[in-house]
Amino acid sequence: MDDAARLLQLVVNGAASGCIYGLIAFGFVLIYKATEMVNFAQGDIMMLGAFVAYSFIHQFGLNYWVGFGLAILVTALFGFLLDAIVLRRVIGQPQFAVVMLTLGLAFIFRAGAGLAWTYDSVGFNTPFTNKTVNLGGLVLGQDNVSILVGTLVLCGVLYLFFSRTRLGVAMQAASQNQLAAYYMGIPVRRIFSLIWAISAGVAAVAAVLLAPVSMIDVNMGFLGIKAFAAAVLGGFGSIPGAVIGGVIVGVVEQLSGYFLPPGFQDVTSNIVLLAVLILRPEGLFGKTIRKRV
Amino acid sequence: MRRPFKTLYEQDIRFWRQPSARWWYGLLLIALCAIPLISGEFYVGELAGLFIFAIAGVGLMLLTGYTGLVSLGHSAFLGIGAYTEAILLARGVPFYITLPASALVTGFAGVAIGIPTLRMSGLYLAIATLSFGSIVGTVLQKWETVTGGFDGLPVKAPYLFGVKLDGPEGVYYMSLLVLLFVIWLALNVLRSPLGRAFVAIRDSEVSAQSMGINLALYKTISFGLSAAITGLAGGLFAHYVRHLAPDAFDVLLSIQLVTIVFVGGLGSLHGAIFGAMFMRLLPQSIALIRDDLPNWLGRMPGLEPSIFGLILVLCIMYEPMGINGRWMKVKAYFKNFPMHKASAFRRQKSYAKSERLR
Repeated sequence: MDDAARLLQLVVNGAASGCIYGLIAFGFVLIYKATEMVNFAQGDIMMLGAFVAYSFIHQFGLNYWVGFGLAILVTALFGFLLDAIVLRRVIGQPQFAVVMLTLGLAFIFRAGAGLAWTYDSVGFNTPFTNKTVNLGGLVLGQDNVSILVGTLVLCGVLYLFFSRTRLGVAMQAASQNQLAAYYMGIPVRRIFSLIWAISAGVAAVAAVLLAPVSMIDVNMGFLGIKAFAAAVLGGFGSIPGAVIGGVIVGVVEQLSGYFLPPGFQDVTSNIVLLAVLILRPEGLFGKTIRKRV
Repeated sequence: MRRPFKTLYEQDIRFWRQPSARWWYGLLLIALCAIPLISGEFYVGELAGLFIFAIAGVGLMLLTGYTGLVSLGHSAFLGIGAYTEAILLARGVPFYITLPASALVTGFAGVAIGIPTLRMSGLYLAIATLSFGSIVGTVLQKWETVTGGFDGLPVKAPYLFGVKLDGPEGVYYMSLLVLLFVIWLALNVLRSPLGRAFVAIRDSEVSAQSMGINLALYKTISFGLSAAITGLAGGLFAHYVRHLAPDAFDVLLSIQLVTIVFVGGLGSLHGAIFGAMFMRLLPQSIALIRDDLPNWLGRMPGLEPSIFGLILVLCIMYEPMGINGRWMKVKAYFKNFPMHKASAFRRQKSYAKSERLR
């Protein structure tokens, strides 16, 4: 019984950190589906979101929920401007130029955050810090449960947004076929910037949900590398796949930390990623797509 | 761009593009050989580091600039080369065997990662090599019985025919020699059918395949060759730092290597050298001006990486051909001096090219 409870707890912890990977991967996939760019700076946008939330909640002393909302808005605005000012100019350059561009941006974000805030680790109080919830004898940290619930709510909201609103449908159209979307009168460029805004906002949500579990510092963006495993596992073109892939990566990581000798936990996500790329490159949920000549 | 009018096939595959280049490069070589005689130890050491990064840059250029395969995991090859060199030297293997051996071991590692990633291209390859790099980095940290873990591994001084090649000057001449060899090798590869196949694969995989190029074979060769050259750089790097620490071979080093290739200019060996110059000289020049900057900026811990990032971003946005491209433009400007046309280098306008079929 004790062992089973321990395992279940590991699974929940893993699923919680997996949700964070999933939310970052969500950002990758959203941008990739729409613009065929891969944003290697997604993890660092999450880091910026965390610092913005830290400013609102800890430094300005705002209510947690107000600070949460403002952090999402500010980060989303940042994502919008990032696309409108920088990324839009490199459309048409080879895909890898964009990868290098976002890697360069990530360096700048890290230095900028260090300059604007601090290079030390910081944190802020949330309603979920250091509280537990008792589910039928299973004691779980509220922080982990809040991540799971928050991810579910966010996914639901975004699902409704993409399927029910005009803007969401326009976004789907723009990512399926840019040219046709233009002909239908969809302002594709603004839509793309809005997509960047949404994925930056999702990154901010991930950051605030992560806050009770982990400290905020300029290097937290390296979580983005683990999120690649999530995105690839989900097929790199499938939004639900990214979140589910994230959960799988998180759970596998926790379990390997428990069952395998120390040291393996750090590379689990990388091994999962390579294994998926070699054995099933289209991912668990992706479709095989042939390259156009 | 200045394109010499070629009338013969031999002109296209000649080793020296222009006969006069021989003399200029000869002069440069004499100057480089003379530098340790007249300059201080510090600059000799820095130049040796530059040569080592140039070797790695040439290796990565063959893969990224000429075959069009992107690797974000080349720090792993540098690390494998460095550790092979250090471990073999510690076991008492002579230096003239250890350096080729580190190239060979790294080459095999390159083939080993090349084969499973054959079907990937572009983005997936970048991600796969990124995670390969971090796996190797973790292995170097955790496999303590062999690599010494976080304590690192001291590197013995190499002896060549009874001469101790120690200190900056020894490393300088070794790296210069290896760099010359690597450039000679790369130039010859590029004018052989092998290099032609690489370029064909870069320009279009499908048309290369339809001309009878065995994609799997040539991509694997490219990976192996690139890794082996980077491994050579790694072996020299071990002597350059003299004490290996596993955290030197992390993702940031890979990004630096790719930055060499990008900022230098994709698809030219000059670019690899220019990129290495940029990569090694920038920290020095930042250190020089740091004291003159306002305090909040000069004392900023992340100043160096952020300037790297900024230059990388500006380079991709405004000069995708890199330093080499800018150099060609300046050269062309003076070559046809009064007749300079602003549109001569205008980039072909391209729209978002879809890489997927839908």
